[in-house]
Amino acid sequence: MDILTSFIIIPVLTIIGILFCKDAKQVKWVSAIGMTLQLLNAAMLIILFLLERKSGNMAVMLFVKDVIWYPSLNIHYYVGVDGISVAMIGLTSIVIFAGIFASWEVTDLPKEFFITLILLSSGVFGFFISLDLFTLFLFYEIAVIPMYLLIGIWGSGPREYSAMKLTLMLMGGSALILVGLLGLYFNSAPGGGQLTFNILEIAKVHIPVETQKFFFPFLFIGFGVLGALFPFHTWSPDGHASAPTAVSMLHAGVLMKLGGYGCFRVAVFLLPEAAHELAWIFIILTTIGVIYGAFGAIWQKDLKYINAYSSVSHCALVLFAILMFNQTAMTGAILQMISHGIMTALFFALIGMIYGRTHTRYINEMGGLMKVMPFLAVCYVIGGLASLGLPGFSGFVAEMTIFVGAFKNADVFHRVATIIAVSSIVVTAVYILRVVGVLLFGKIKNEQFEHLTDAKWHEKLSTGILIFGITAIGLAPLWLSELINGSLGPIIQRLLVSSPIH
Amino acid sequence: MIDFTYTVWIVLIPLIIFVLVGFFGNKFKPLVSGVIGTSGLFVSMALSYYTAYQYFFVLPKAGDVFAKVIGYNTVWLKLTDKLHIDLGVLLDPISVMMLIVITTVSFMVHLYSIGYMHGEKGYMRFFSFLSLFSFSMLGLVVATNIFQMYIFWELVGVSSFLLIGFYYEKDSAVAASKKAFIVTRFADLGFLVGILILSFTTGTFDFITLTDPNGPAMLQGSGIMFLGLSTMTWSMIFIFMGGAGKSAMFPLHIWLPDAMEGPTPVSALIHAATMVVAGVYLVARLFPIFHFSAPVALDVVMYVGAFSSIFAAIIACTQFDIKRVLAYSTMSQIGLMMFALGVSGYGEEQGLGFMASMFHLFTHAFFKALLFLGAGAIIHAVHSNVMNEMGGLRKHLPITHLTFLIACLSIAGIPPLAGFFSKDEILAAGHEKSMILFILGLTISGLTAFYMFRLYFSIFWGKEQHYHHTPHEAPKVMTIPLMLLALGAIFAGFLPFASFVTSDGKPFATHIEPFVAIPAVLVGVIGALLAMVFYKKETNIPERISASLGGFYHAAFRKFYIDEVYLFITKKIIFNYVSQPIAWFDRHIVDGSMNGISYVTNGVSTKIKGFQSGQLQQYAWVFITGAVALTLAFIYLWTN
Amino acid sequence: MFDGVPLSWFLIVATIMFFVGIYGFLVRKNLITMLMSLELILNSVNINFVAFNKLLYPNHLEGMFFSIFIIAVAASEASVAIAIIINIYRRLVNIDVEKMEEMKY
Repeated sequence: MDILTSFIIIPVLTIIGILFCKDAKQVKWVSAIGMTLQLLNAAMLIILFLLERKSGNMAVMLFVKDVIWYPSLNIHYYVGVDGISVAMIGLTSIVIFAGIFASWEVTDLPKEFFITLILLSSGVFGFFISLDLFTLFLFYEIAVIPMYLLIGIWGSGPREYSAMKLTLMLMGGSALILVGLLGLYFNSAPGGGQLTFNILEIAKVHIPVETQKFFFPFLFIGFGVLGALFPFHTWSPDGHASAPTAVSMLHAGVLMKLGGYGCFRVAVFLLPEAAHELAWIFIILTTIGVIYGAFGAIWQKDLKYINAYSSVSHCALVLFAILMFNQTAMTGAILQMISHGIMTALFFALIGMIYGRTHTRYINEMGGLMKVMPFLAVCYVIGGLASLGLPGFSGFVAEMTIFVGAFKNADVFHRVATIIAVSSIVVTAVYILRVVGVLLFGKIKNEQFEHLTDAKWHEKLSTGILIFGITAIGLAPLWLSELINGSLGPIIQRLLVSSPIH
Repeated sequence: MIDFTYTVWIVLIPLIIFVLVGFFGNKFKPLVSGVIGTSGLFVSMALSYYTAYQYFFVLPKAGDVFAKVIGYNTVWLKLTDKLHIDLGVLLDPISVMMLIVITTVSFMVHLYSIGYMHGEKGYMRFFSFLSLFSFSMLGLVVATNIFQMYIFWELVGVSSFLLIGFYYEKDSAVAASKKAFIVTRFADLGFLVGILILSFTTGTFDFITLTDPNGPAMLQGSGIMFLGLSTMTWSMIFIFMGGAGKSAMFPLHIWLPDAMEGPTPVSALIHAATMVVAGVYLVARLFPIFHFSAPVALDVVMYVGAFSSIFAAIIACTQFDIKRVLAYSTMSQIGLMMFALGVSGYGEEQGLGFMASMFHLFTHAFFKALLFLGAGAIIHAVHSNVMNEMGGLRKHLPITHLTFLIACLSIAGIPPLAGFFSKDEILAAGHEKSMILFILGLTISGLTAFYMFRLYFSIFWGKEQHYHHTPHEAPKVMTIPLMLLALGAIFAGFLPFASFVTSDGKPFATHIEPFVAIPAVLVGVIGALLAMVFYKKETNIPERISASLGGFYHAAFRKFYIDEVYLFITKKIIFNYVSQPIAWFDRHIVDGSMNGISYVTNGVSTKIKGFQSGQLQQYAWVFITGAVALTLAFIYLWTN
Repeated sequence: MFDGVPLSWFLIVATIMFFVGIYGFLVRKNLITMLMSLELILNSVNINFVAFNKLLYPNHLEGMFFSIFIIAVAASEASVAIAIIINIYRRLVNIDVEKMEEMKY
């Protein structure tokens, strides 16, 4: 069995294992073991990948496996990874690992909960390893649909509304994506011959510019919906607010990255000329998104809404960086995806833990939590500092790479957009410090909160690994940035060839 | 060639202490963390002195210039093939001088804090943050490239945030820490944009390349113009904005007085001696670029410095909180340093202002830290910050009294104390530029002497207040740092500073010009005497004067309403007129349109769902009618 | 053709039966009557099958077989339908088709 397929096999085996479990305790341990294996598997993949690269294998994709699946339409199970996918797989395995431990205390239908959660993660893993547009789309749907059940059954607040809204908006996005994918498929052999879904094959084909321009918006907006592209981001606040902890973590941490990754791997990579010509529209939208999300977060009172808007801002920065079309900014985009993934998962985990104790998410009803739950509070401060881009944490590395990259585009339009995006660092500081000040510092407002307990072992494990992730990237970013950078070559090459300036 | 790799430990030791105390501090007794922190800083300090000795006396000069030495360097992050962020240690006269200042003051503050923070709840947290700050500040001054400086600049900001908000249960402390962070963060935005422009035009972050008078930064001098100013000018103005934020220059100074909410040793270390001079250090670091390719930006530095200096001096005369007086005094002194940089030229004698600025930075660190630590001892004794609740303390606190007096004399520029020499050089540099600037400098000196002695006399003389318990002198561990710093405040001025730190690294000789020194001393003495008349005995002169000044006094007392303006902008404009509408817009317009789509879909479905009535026979009717209609249609079409 | 009985007679009878069945199905409210109408429709088709079979392929029996098939299917269908109707009657004490609309929308 090859290593990439094992990323789908392990979750499936875990799900089968859970089916045989008798009680909630067994379910938890089986899923914990399964996801620990997955984490180790991801670590092994990273090491194998680096070794392979070191030994001089410079193929675009490594560990390729090609099995024909549906011959008449030429659909393959075709998987392979480059540095970017490897990094994203690492992110996913960390977040799902932390997510399992963050949902240790799910009492309502635990078996079904963990099965759905792990099914979702298998979709995500499949998405990141796919090189065939059809399997990619298939896994995308596997990742999105369980969300409906997870929010609708285990959510809080107006959960049916939120679940419906989130699913419908994402399904709307999928519909656009499907149109775009079919457009690519039917244009994949312009000179006659076998049509293909294979990304690498399509990348060799020159699709007429007019066709590209027609299909690019479908793909970019389609994936952009999941990547919280302004103005299609409104599922995010409601969805996150209603979702249970682990689901919020996985959704903001990983699923939103599917959008960014899709925009990057499919829309921009396969339709480069259209990307160049239409970039200005999306640069405007993402710039608005960056600053708008940040300002939107200032006003919110619900912790999850604050974080959801903050995610809108950070994810808009990812798309913004992708549209800058140079190696530095794109490296920054991937770094930002990983950094934001871990960071926001940490936030949602902490919010879930705080909510589990105080039973409120409104910041003005809380205060002085530093005193009663120092561990969680310190973690929250660390998450906040990472979010506002403090050096030493991953956010800084990602943002600086993006800004330096974006600044390389010397025309006035890009400059203005960049400076507006840069100014978000101040606004971010404002809302983060506001939350930290109100929530953690000051006096305890509610007497009942005096007796709350600090984190338990599984909560410490869950937050610990996420904090480890952000600090490890923040302190020693070079290896990750090289890993990503090394894989951007072909993509940049393709973009440069089609650049109008060239 | 001497191996300077060990200098990296000067920076790393505080980091190790931070990790050690921060993560494992609760394993051992509180006092242990204090001792670990202090001894670690002592090692750092010893290494710094050793470095200074090696750098200035052992290392052979290149020609007669102090060379810039890279002690250690490692690539941290590669942005492009050419642009990469390094972490390393750059040794040149100003960084070595800063190493000495920071480690010395930091060590004194650590030592002092063992006593001052005794019995506080967050003892170990305090020491871990203090070490974190020392680490960041040291990393800042030894930065080999501007991005490393930015990294540590942010870290300094956050440690300042953590320390100001040390008493996190106090709302005012939390608010102050937030304010400090956000205001400096706003300034850092400018810094970052400046770095982006600078690195884009020159293609490097590296200080040695950037400040090389024949380097790429200089060739860009008359490059692309934007709004009448060259790119380099813009980038330097933006970078100076960062410096102005950190150094509390007008109008970004508002965080500094509030920052006094932090524990007093923190104010001494961060908000008097080290972090707030980072802006001055930044300008000094990039001085060749300012001078050669952005003279307009250098003028901005001068005007901002001069204005902030006089502005803060006026406010300082009206405040009653002793720490706030000191805060405004700090702002005023830093303004002087900026001013000196602004009037300076480049190279040997021309660079007198540069030298004076660095010199003043050096001496100021000693006497200002001393003043703050003294204030801490006073607060420790009487449990109040307010001047009116003190008086006659000279009998109770003899050591504090003496050291405080030395510091006051020093800052007022009375010879032969340290402040006299450095301030004299600044005034001389101002005098070289123009007479008006010289008079401005004299005014500031006079005001400085006045408010410092106002402070001194109202605390130690005046009428003895009724205290809850008799004030007593602080323990040894607190008074020893006071005495050591007092030695610094007396003797630091005798250093032949110009033979070590100059704008281009070439030593030159300075001498005291009588036509500068005599008025300066006279003004200082007059200021001090006036304060003595007003405040030594209890009189009503101050009230009469403030009454006669009327509106102006009131405005100065309210700090010229700058805080209110900011509050208006942030609370009213940003919060209510930007953020709230955006939140509303998002909920109602953006989300509303999404909900609208679903609403329309829903409405249409309600309209057409009536067809699905559940009436079997109705379905059959429709079915049969349809079948018949289709048949007829087919037949019709067929026959035609 | 059938010893003097023309085809049209068969067809007329079948057509009348068919439309009587349709009419009954559409207007009668009683489920049993509707079922009977359905039988009429099926049987009208049976007549057609037999008649055409005889006319077109007198030597073959496919048409006959088909009508027998239909009779068999109709029988089983009737038994299922009546079972359903009996169940409905037990629940609703009524077999009026217009009352049965729970599953609408």
